[in-house]
Amino acid sequence: MSVLNSLADLAISAMIVIGATFALIGSWGMVRLPTLMERLHGPTKATTLGLGGMLVGSILFFHLAEGTWALHELLISLFLFITAPISANMIAKVHLHQLRVKPENGVLDPVGPAGQPPVPSAGSNWATYEAPHAASAAATSE
Amino acid sequence: MRRLIPHPGLSVLLVIVWLLMANAITAGGLLMGIVIGILLPLFTAPFWPGRPSVNYSAGLAFIALVLWDIIVANFEVAAIILFRRNRDLRPAWLTIPLELDTPEAITVLAGTISLTPGTVSADVSSCGNFLLVHALHAPDPASEIARIKSRYEARLKGVFK
Repeated sequence: MSVLNSLADLAISAMIVIGATFALIGSWGMVRLPTLMERLHGPTKATTLGLGGMLVGSILFFHLAEGTWALHELLISLFLFITAPISANMIAKVHLHQLRVKPENGVLDPVGPAGQPPVPSAGSNWATYEAPHAASAAATSE
Repeated sequence: MRRLIPHPGLSVLLVIVWLLMANAITAGGLLMGIVIGILLPLFTAPFWPGRPSVNYSAGLAFIALVLWDIIVANFEVAAIILFRRNRDLRPAWLTIPLELDTPEAITVLAGTISLTPGTVSADVSSCGNFLLVHALHAPDPASEIARIKSRYEARLKGVFK
């Protein structure tokens, strides 16, 4: 029994340490990467494997140490998986606007190493820059 | 039946989420979950005009694939953050031509791209035919675009018929 207990402890702590390590690496990425768009990649890591590892550790702890099933954690990851891409998308859209601010009109984000975003095709631009075409998949109403 | 339960998948998901939130399966909790599962889709139906038909088994396979890719990509991006110097980094904007044509499918593709570390979807074109994606390290943008199209978009075409 004590062998099983220490094995359980080992698995739980391993998951928590893995999660914390990835959260730390994600934060370090936010500090050291050059401009906003690259820095955006740091937090997307921290929310996936970083938080995922800690949540699996939590499920294991409640199951192995307390003997109950706690599945709230699945909801936390579900909500994160829905909200994280949307907040990243909003930050990217603000950045796209900032790239078009004229220097004399105030502070602007520096253009990253990837340069200006390319124009998608003749006859249309990104939806941040112009209204979505009616009856296209980018339109918000039918 | 269609009028009472406009989105059966959403209703089932709401019941499951409610039971998970209560963290117990009781008759009262189940009843409350069913009430919410019926009422919420009714009130929010105007926000969901389309009714895409979803192949659920293909959807589950897709979710499993994405979860695996997230784990692999986490290690790749961790290696980039820890060991690659900024001047060796090759960030790039990717313009992905879309074959998916429903807003739901494009939203799932964009979310998948954002959740996979190393790529963030930034915008969709106003004609709805292109997705703007920022890649943290893409020395060969064309192959990265081909990878996203073959790995995710092709499978999503099977999920959203």
